Amino acid sequence: MMYLIGALITILLFVIIVQIGKVNELAARLRGEEQAARDGNEWNARMMLVFLVGFLALSVGSAVYYYPYMLGYGPNILPTIHAPKIMQLFNITLFFTGVVFVITHILLFLFAYQYRESKNRVAEFIPHDNKLEIIWTAVPAVVMAILVVFGLMAWNETMADVDEEGTALGAVKIGSGDIKEGTKDYIEIEATGLQFNWILRHPGKDGQLGTKNWQLITGSNQLGQDFADPKNIDDIILDELVIPKGHTIRARITSRDVLHNFDIPHFFVKMDAIPGMPTYFKFTPTMTTEEYREHLSQFPEWQVPAEEDEPNGLQRWEAFDFELACAELCGKGHYSMKKIVKVVTEEEYNAWLDKAESTAFYLNEIRGTDDDPFLDRPTLQIEKRVREYEVKQNPPAPGPSQDPSTTPQPEVQPGIGGTTGSIQGGTTGSTTGVTGTSTIGTTIQNAAATGNTAVNNASNAVSTGVQSVKNAGENAVNGVKDAAGNVIDKTKDAAGTVIDKTKEAAGTAVDKTKEAAGNVIDKTKDKAGDVKDKMKDKNPFNNN
Amino acid sequence: MADLKHNDELLVEEYADYLYDGFHDHHHGDKYQSGFISHYIFSMDHKMIAKQFLITGMFWGLIGGLMSLVFRLQLGFPEASMAWLKPLLGKWITISDTGIGTLDPQFYYALVTMHGTILVFFVLTAGLSGTFSNLLIPLQLGARDMASPFMNMLSYWFFFLSGSIMFASLFLNTGPFSGGWTAYPPLSALPQASSGSAGGMTLWILSLVFFVVSVLLGGINYITTVLNLRTKGMSLWRMPLTIWAFFVTAILGLLSFPVLVSGLFLVMCDRGLNTSFFLNEIYVGGQALEQVGGSPILYQHLFWFLGHPEVYIIILPAMGLVSEVLAVNARKPIFGYHAMVYSILAIGFLSFIVWAHHMFMAGVNPFISNIFVIFTLIIAVPSAVKVFNWISTLYGGNIRFNPGMLFAIGFVSLFISGGLTGIFLGNSAIDIPMHDTYFVVAHFHIVMGVAAFFGMFAGVYHWFPKMYGRFMNDTLGKLHFWGTMIGAYCVFWPMHYTGMAGVPRRYYSFTTFDFSGQFAATNEFITIAAIITFGFQIVFVVNFFYSIFFGKKQTTRNPYGATTLEWTTPINPGHGNWPGGIPAVHRWAYDYGKMGEEFIPQVEPVSEKEKQYDEEHPH
Repeated sequence: MMYLIGALITILLFVIIVQIGKVNELAARLRGEEQAARDGNEWNARMMLVFLVGFLALSVGSAVYYYPYMLGYGPNILPTIHAPKIMQLFNITLFFTGVVFVITHILLFLFAYQYRESKNRVAEFIPHDNKLEIIWTAVPAVVMAILVVFGLMAWNETMADVDEEGTALGAVKIGSGDIKEGTKDYIEIEATGLQFNWILRHPGKDGQLGTKNWQLITGSNQLGQDFADPKNIDDIILDELVIPKGHTIRARITSRDVLHNFDIPHFFVKMDAIPGMPTYFKFTPTMTTEEYREHLSQFPEWQVPAEEDEPNGLQRWEAFDFELACAELCGKGHYSMKKIVKVVTEEEYNAWLDKAESTAFYLNEIRGTDDDPFLDRPTLQIEKRVREYEVKQNPPAPGPSQDPSTTPQPEVQPGIGGTTGSIQGGTTGSTTGVTGTSTIGTTIQNAAATGNTAVNNASNAVSTGVQSVKNAGENAVNGVKDAAGNVIDKTKDAAGTVIDKTKEAAGTAVDKTKEAAGNVIDKTKDKAGDVKDKMKDKNPFNNN
Repeated sequence: MADLKHNDELLVEEYADYLYDGFHDHHHGDKYQSGFISHYIFSMDHKMIAKQFLITGMFWGLIGGLMSLVFRLQLGFPEASMAWLKPLLGKWITISDTGIGTLDPQFYYALVTMHGTILVFFVLTAGLSGTFSNLLIPLQLGARDMASPFMNMLSYWFFFLSGSIMFASLFLNTGPFSGGWTAYPPLSALPQASSGSAGGMTLWILSLVFFVVSVLLGGINYITTVLNLRTKGMSLWRMPLTIWAFFVTAILGLLSFPVLVSGLFLVMCDRGLNTSFFLNEIYVGGQALEQVGGSPILYQHLFWFLGHPEVYIIILPAMGLVSEVLAVNARKPIFGYHAMVYSILAIGFLSFIVWAHHMFMAGVNPFISNIFVIFTLIIAVPSAVKVFNWISTLYGGNIRFNPGMLFAIGFVSLFISGGLTGIFLGNSAIDIPMHDTYFVVAHFHIVMGVAAFFGMFAGVYHWFPKMYGRFMNDTLGKLHFWGTMIGAYCVFWPMHYTGMAGVPRRYYSFTTFDFSGQFAATNEFITIAAIITFGFQIVFVVNFFYSIFFGKKQTTRNPYGATTLEWTTPINPGHGNWPGGIPAVHRWAYDYGKMGEEFIPQVEPVSEKEKQYDEEHPH
């Protein structure tokens, strides 16, 4: 039935079209064909003028209508150093092309109208005019030369790599940013495209991105980071890109499967991501996300609810974020590779980095496992920093709380119970770690003496414990996640207390803490050798 | 019809000078004209082959256009149900529990890819250059046929084979190729990365290889014919601009298409033989590939070494057709004939050294881009010369607005609009924000898509009488023109703005991102405009086929009062084009309005009076 209707409609359409054509031909025959041809010619000539006026009016009108939407115009100011320069070049080009567009269109349609057929006239014989032709070869040539010069200046300035003398930074010095010129030092971040997402990597406080190898990629090690390279230890995998305003960012752009393109429209940043060949784009944001939102808040079109169905929700300007997209066709999910780019102040950035360090991929996923090449290193710099940061965030309360048996312990117990229960099947260091931590808790109650070795061993055990609990937490079901969170918090308190206490305490603790941490240390030491061998097998290309 | 033809038999001998080459037009028992198969199917007559190219091109144009409507529906009305397309698209439409049909993203990308491939290669290369090079080169040069009619026939049938393979790929279980018409590896090389890169890509490559065979067979023929088979007196500088354009187009095709084949061949090796020309350090489908050391950028160089000349392969024939139609209907010589020829040659030459402007953001060394920016912007100079010359051709004319002329004028407008945005994109710095956005989509659709179509329409309306001895309906032609002119601008003009807001092309849905999600109304508008514009193309198709059989008959040999040789043939020229001798040529192709004469055909010898006039007006 549907096909029949379709066929009927098609036939009907055919008949209608043919009839339109026929009717006019018949009418023409009635009027006399010559007269009809003249009328038709007049009508089309006049339409040329109508089209000219309509077209020019609409092209200006539409530009006005879209003014608040286009980047670089209206509210959409450009928050990087290089983008306004490109926009300037765009506007210079727009000026020249706009003039040409208007003049040529006026001449084209005006001539078409002016010189419509007339019986009383024979066309003029003007085969060429050398002078005119030289002029309109030379003028475009000069204009193009101007555009080339401006264009290449902007291009080479934008695409120049970071200053050779600059160093790659992790945290930044407060007040060192420069929103006019950018900074000599830079922060190198990495974006790796894959079907269909971006993996963002921050180099951590050392400012150095660790080496990676696509052959090491696994389900959890999504980048194939080679952890034999110490630079990888503090590398952080990010959910959203956080960068400080006024600092040069060097985006290292790469892909692990097909081509992608690192595209931040508001920044005028765009570069293909190519497997096996990193590309770079250097840029310096000049406004924080917060500043940009405030700027947008002045415009009425941004003072409307972000979601139409939530009139009381966030306003559009409040919900604004810089977005990272993919601009090179990469498969069926090409349109969905979204990440948020958050530009913050230097203070916020440093504070964020302090906090984010504890989420370093290595610390959470690799440390203490079979794959950890640094099992024999009792404490890594980053672990110290993380611990110090945590202590700073949760300073141990003075007096009674130093006795861990009173406050933290009861709350810790159920958490640990839940965690260990859920991961009992696991044979890795995480269970051992949890046991280790809880044992330490008990040990501390009995502790009476201290020593340097004790400090090392205890802290090592604790930090492994902390990591293990985190691991366990992530692997466990939802409820357990919360529980593990609790455990972490509480163990942090406990750990802080351990350090304080052990520092004061005397030598007898050695035996006891060794007992407590012994399991962990022995086991991990045994495994360390295996891991190193394994790493060598897995990674034949890496000499580090 | 038959009697008209008969009356025309001895017409060439009417002219003072002709070339007798011993040709005898056998009406019966001749291998070119007798029998249905040798006449209509495996024809070796250039005029029939031209019609075959044209009608096949129209078939593909409709398919490609319909594909664009489906993906425009997705973009304009993302919430609307596509369940009604289920009978046609089958498993590519998934219907939810609530009855809402959704287009599979995989198939969306297949449609985008096929739309591009079909329009660029099958319609605007084969359908445009194939049609008019075949029709006009022998007719306007005074040749009996192409240098090798047999190769010419092969050229069409390789194109047909190529099209059949592409058509078959639409029905594969894994879908047709879906990695974009540029087919960048690794996406195109790895079936694990996209199901369209499985069998679909194999057929895509196969199809394009046969297509290139077709282009090369045709191109060699065009070049040989232009160089060797011009009639007496037809020096190169007396050739109409159409022929110059087809000639340079054929050279570009001959030099660039083989490079595409080499690129595709290497992709094939990467796909089938585990080589790694374009693959390097890839982890896909849960495993790390062994292939290392290749470079995806190498493919892009090979592809765009064809790809950029390709856009001139598309636009140069349109330019040639438009130049001719403008001059004939303005009743004026084309302004600056020599400058027009030199600009065609300059564009042709420059088209080979600008390819990397497609790759400014592809990760090539930024320093290299400097050179390509310079050459790219230089192309604007010969292009500007052409535009100014077309406009000057109208100046002081006596213009007839028939559909061909309307489309020629429309072409100039589109070429200006689309060409000017090229000046933005050719400047690498501006390409940073604009690359792969809708600004690019607007640019190339206007300058190379719609403009080339306008050139093609101008040619079809103008030379339809030469092909079928009848005229296309004038009213429907004008309706088609105004509908398409306004419609096409409505479709593509707003895309400049969305592009300038940063909206990337080739997005299945715009709602993931805030910056791209704000143009729902614009996208609706574009989709509606696209549907209406497509409707006007139906008017053309109906007009075309109706007029073949029922159109107004051509009663005079030279209905437009044109100077060129094709209008000296009988109304329905048989094989060999001219009965008896071939007319000789005494002048260039653009003596319109000279010495008060409305037009002086090329076959007319130069009179004493005219020699005197030429001496007084040297040029």
